Amino acid sequence: MTNQRVLPATGREQQVLDRIERARRRRPKLREERITMAHGAGGKATHTLIEAIFLDAFRNPLLEPLEDAARLPVQGGTGERATVALTTDSFVVSPLFFPGGNIGDLAVNGTVNDLAVAGATPMYLSAGFILEEGFPVADLTRIAGSMRDAAAAAGVAVVTGDTKVVEKGKADGCYINTAGVGALAAGVNLGVAQARPGDAILVSGPIGDHGVTIMLARGELDIEADVESDTAPLAELVAGLLGAVPGVRALRDATRGGVATILNEIAKAADVGVLVTEDAIPVRDEVRGAAELLGIDPLYVACEGRLVAVVDGGQAAQALAALRAHPLGAQAAIIGEVTAEPLGLVTIKTTFGGTRIVDLLVGDPLPRIC
Amino acid sequence: MRFVDEFRDAEKAHALAARIAALCEPGRHYKLMEVCGGHTHTIYKHGLEDYLPESITLVHGPGCPVCVIPMGRVDDAISLASQPDVIMTSFGDMMRVPGSNGAFFDANARGTNIKMVYSPLDSLKIAKANPDKRVVFMAIGFETTAPSTAMTVLRARAQGITNFAVFCNHVTIIPAIKAILDSPDLRLDGFIGPGHVSTVIGCRPYEFIARSYGKPVVVAGFEPLDILQSIYMLMLQLSEGRSEVENQYSRVVPWDGNPVALKAIGETMELRPYFEWRGLGFISHSALKMREAYADFDAELLFEVPGVRVADPKACQCGEVLKGVLKPWECKVFGTACTPETPIGTCMVSPEGACAAYYNYGRLNRQRVPEAISIELSRP
Repeated sequence: MTNQRVLPATGREQQVLDRIERARRRRPKLREERITMAHGAGGKATHTLIEAIFLDAFRNPLLEPLEDAARLPVQGGTGERATVALTTDSFVVSPLFFPGGNIGDLAVNGTVNDLAVAGATPMYLSAGFILEEGFPVADLTRIAGSMRDAAAAAGVAVVTGDTKVVEKGKADGCYINTAGVGALAAGVNLGVAQARPGDAILVSGPIGDHGVTIMLARGELDIEADVESDTAPLAELVAGLLGAVPGVRALRDATRGGVATILNEIAKAADVGVLVTEDAIPVRDEVRGAAELLGIDPLYVACEGRLVAVVDGGQAAQALAALRAHPLGAQAAIIGEVTAEPLGLVTIKTTFGGTRIVDLLVGDPLPRIC
Repeated sequence: MRFVDEFRDAEKAHALAARIAALCEPGRHYKLMEVCGGHTHTIYKHGLEDYLPESITLVHGPGCPVCVIPMGRVDDAISLASQPDVIMTSFGDMMRVPGSNGAFFDANARGTNIKMVYSPLDSLKIAKANPDKRVVFMAIGFETTAPSTAMTVLRARAQGITNFAVFCNHVTIIPAIKAILDSPDLRLDGFIGPGHVSTVIGCRPYEFIARSYGKPVVVAGFEPLDILQSIYMLMLQLSEGRSEVENQYSRVVPWDGNPVALKAIGETMELRPYFEWRGLGFISHSALKMREAYADFDAELLFEVPGVRVADPKACQCGEVLKGVLKPWECKVFGTACTPETPIGTCMVSPEGACAAYYNYGRLNRQRVPEAISIELSRP
């Protein structure tokens, strides 16, 4: 709405808001004495844990951008220089089998996508399995078959691996870790820190399918809906986009924490504002309905085959066309823009016509009581 | 999507905003309290205040079920969950409410087994699946959730489930509203009445507010247009000098409530002589406990419960926020010491809590719609 007049908050309220912004910018401090489930949810608690423990311990310039994949300069024996992308991801999903996929294709696609959104061509994967004593071999065969098919579809090979078995009760059936390397073409340097005011923000399709599928597949809710995980390899979609649009600044796959978390990472890393329009964000009715019933916001729900793209505003239509040209991007949409203000904040224009903040969640979205 | 989109229609909202603005008397300020935390959540989530003129202030009331749970009861629950072979079940938003030594999530990290459930009935499934464990449901909420607790107890008895109990913390809404009306430091012009509670208790219990205190009440639904329409109905009453109880949410709320649900509560629970509310202190006859006939399901009788009263942290001004005396941002620790990551007070925990709603959604310069500012522009 362009004909709105901005009324400043009252002086004292503004002072409080400024003070909060200063507090938010301070280095996060890990206060808990033990790990809680919130530390694994991808929200503020996860960010704090990573910065306070892992970044603190391993700090180096390759790690510091905290992108989905690290960009590593390598030099071949004959002296030629190249850049490879390296990433790793662990999969602990429960249930192991769900509509639209299983932990196996998830483990391949997740790592393939982390490479793809770095702009790399995924090439080789490792696979590590932690298996619980008593786990059915038939299930493991099925999982490995899915991994094989997913790898073939993504054009990658699983070239090394590891297997460990733990006593019954020490794990939940099967956990998988995958790592992947990919080749980065010269000149490709994507990163959320490069977003600048005027850029457009796109998503490649309806959001929240995977997370809602998993919540329903756990069978705790007694809700049934015709919804499937969106797990899919995004490398082809990304290659199409990068080939057609020179002004792509950043790509992220919207996994844990959902699209809202990505938008916040853009706003913080680039020190810009992000404004999205609720109406423009594609969400399937089944997903919206389930989310409404549970009192959670699809913006925070995980996807496994969707990316968020930041592109030069002048090339937004081009980018949309490039995404829509691929079956995985058929329902892509421009959902918002990068703004100069308010710094570090994501705001949404609601369908209702109001405005609100979209902040990082602390942990998993908690269902509301009533 | 049906039943959602029609209640979020921006065009209708603009029309209502114009009507609301037209009812504002120049120079008069209006304070309306939305009693229910669900309303607070809707107001912030949809940016509803953008549609209101500056002369209308929404005051966030005490109807957030987790926000009114005192720290001592959280400690009691964790102590219960720490006893051998206990599985505790709880609603999701209770998991992060801080006690004096952390919240349920922290207790789980130390070894308790507190599981999130979506319905108290899920506790019975867990009890049946774990016959060697004792399952205790952390029952919280107003008359909205009390019937489902009651039904769970009735079903447990009918099915002969003996390893299930309820740690009852249900509260009742009317005494809380009365406490607010009697509080000397608060001036309110009207109430947006709680919708979900009213599906159970109906609209009659609010009549004393209109009659004895002369304040209009409009029972409201939870979609943004519901709330905007309720504000319009309140403003209309105020402009006509009426104070009545009206039902905006008639598609769900029967005037006389739900007799079956009320009967289930009455069968299994009775009023406590008094109960402590976070920030509001002790309020007499404001909470429920299990009846003696259901003592075999009463966790407070079956288990050792310390029952130690824990004073609210000194810096915390949840009470003033719950009474609507302070806006969330006016609290001394808001947004600095008290944030959703490190909540000091319960108002910062639940998405329905006024502070969490304001922190997560509302920290913005408001951009009012033209209809809402026209009145200010037209004034000299």
